[in-house]
Amino acid sequence: MREAFITHHNVISSLGFSSEENFEHLKKEHSGIQKFQRDNGDDYYSSQVDKELLDKEFTKIGDVTLYTTLEKMMLLSVDTILKESNLKITKKTGLVIATTKGNVDVLSPDSSFYKDKKRAYLPELGKQIQGFFNFKNEAIILSNACVSGVLAVAVSQRFIKDGLYDDVIIVSGDLVSEFILSGFTSFQAISDEPCQPFSKNRKGITLGEAVASAIVSSEKNKGAVQIIGAGSCNDANHISGPSRTGEGLFLSVQSALSEANIKSKDIDYISAHGTATNYNDEMESMAFERLNMLQTPTNSLKGYYGHTLGASGLLETNMGIESLKNNTLIASKGFDEIGVSQPITVIEKTETKKIRVFLKTASGFGGCNTAVIFRKIAD
Amino acid sequence: MAKELYIQNYCSIKNNKVSLNGNLIFEENSEDIKSFFKSVYQYLDPKYSKFFKMDALSKLAFLSAEILMKEEAKKNIAIILSNNASSLDTDRKHQDSINDKENYYPSPAVFVYTLPNIGIGEISIRHQLKSENGFFVFENYNTNFHYNYENILIQNNKSEAVLAGWVNIDGDSYEAFLYLVSQNGTIEHTEKNLKQLYNN
Repeated sequence: MREAFITHHNVISSLGFSSEENFEHLKKEHSGIQKFQRDNGDDYYSSQVDKELLDKEFTKIGDVTLYTTLEKMMLLSVDTILKESNLKITKKTGLVIATTKGNVDVLSPDSSFYKDKKRAYLPELGKQIQGFFNFKNEAIILSNACVSGVLAVAVSQRFIKDGLYDDVIIVSGDLVSEFILSGFTSFQAISDEPCQPFSKNRKGITLGEAVASAIVSSEKNKGAVQIIGAGSCNDANHISGPSRTGEGLFLSVQSALSEANIKSKDIDYISAHGTATNYNDEMESMAFERLNMLQTPTNSLKGYYGHTLGASGLLETNMGIESLKNNTLIASKGFDEIGVSQPITVIEKTETKKIRVFLKTASGFGGCNTAVIFRKIAD
Repeated sequence: MAKELYIQNYCSIKNNKVSLNGNLIFEENSEDIKSFFKSVYQYLDPKYSKFFKMDALSKLAFLSAEILMKEEAKKNIAIILSNNASSLDTDRKHQDSINDKENYYPSPAVFVYTLPNIGIGEISIRHQLKSENGFFVFENYNTNFHYNYENILIQNNKSEAVLAGWVNIDGDSYEAFLYLVSQNGTIEHTEKNLKQLYNN
């Protein structure tokens, strides 16, 4: 069976328009979270992409008036990795788009695309991306709540291993819109301060927006990481809250470890979900305890980006790959005192450390969980 | 060696009809989706009151799964569903609740269903399936994707069987075509057969 590698990746976020630029900010522990104001005048914290800069950059590749904000971010991100890789798009090139809400902001009468009734449909987003780059295959759109971005990595790895495609381009993204803000506010899930994953003082999530993209390939290049195992299991417990015992996450990590043929002690670093809600962070600590991973250095990048929903899994994967490349563990921003029942090892200080294998996890509404394991192929 | 896979059972819910393995099992000319789904629920009689809290997409996914899972003992069953409109039907309801600043009433009970995979969660809870799952979106039912991904999940031992298919809700229109792929059955699991059963 063939192997699958991530060869190129990109992130467009509040912390920059390339993975390298983003990682430089993480190394300096710069957060992209700032105070914003909602339509009703309420303040909220969030991490958002500079739209003027986006249009300025997008002008280099297309007409800014023809595309929605999310489309521009996705097109720019995919354009970047295609150019970096010189990849030739053939019938054996797949396109996977991961998003929870896509262009849902166009449902608002305030949107300049409001009259285009088709634009809110996800297949239309797929057509925009497919058509722009002339992909030969219909986009495979994955909309599986907050695991979408990392589940897209798992799905792409499976297609590559199976030989269905030689390369898969993944692009994942979501925006901070009034739709999302109003919904999470109604859930009383939003923190009134920048989020503090795994902390005793955590008060809920901070919403963020980003687009992340990656090329998953059957052929490795210099600096590639191998995707060595993946699992995605449901809690079968509750649609809007995680399992108390971390059951689905536990099973997902077990499935990924078994495929990778390694033990949990072989993992050098965990890039956790860490949304900073009471239940999520507690659930993760339970799962990591059951997996004997309490000693494994763990962080959540939500303190830098907020929760970027469908983008988060791939965004955090890409930054995890940078951690491997740079042998650098990034401090879990916003963490002070441990606030989960199982004493997980939260990274408190950014440090240089030789790391080779990392685990990315995510969990979401609908009881979904995903775990993917990555290994550096050479130093 | 590759496992031989079959479409063990299949069902559809569309045009006021419910059928299982090509045989009509229920029919009713209802006024709207809500009352039709309620009638199908009463016919299947799962005694599961949570059903009435679900949005239309989850109801449709739940009812289709109920038909196929009634006498199913296997537990490591993956769930791979797809559709065209994602959760737009419920998205529009949430949007309506926030459009008017004077009449602003977003509800967590609606918002939670603004994700298409919630129906997968509902099926997982109902049948205690702690297994692989994913919700995908395509212009039309994509047999090539479904055939390949279902096959990959079973061949790579990620699951023993796959509950899969198309579940779409968009305004007044609804359509479900679900099936169970496993090593049991007589209809070979091929792209051609999936296409044929879907079009029937």
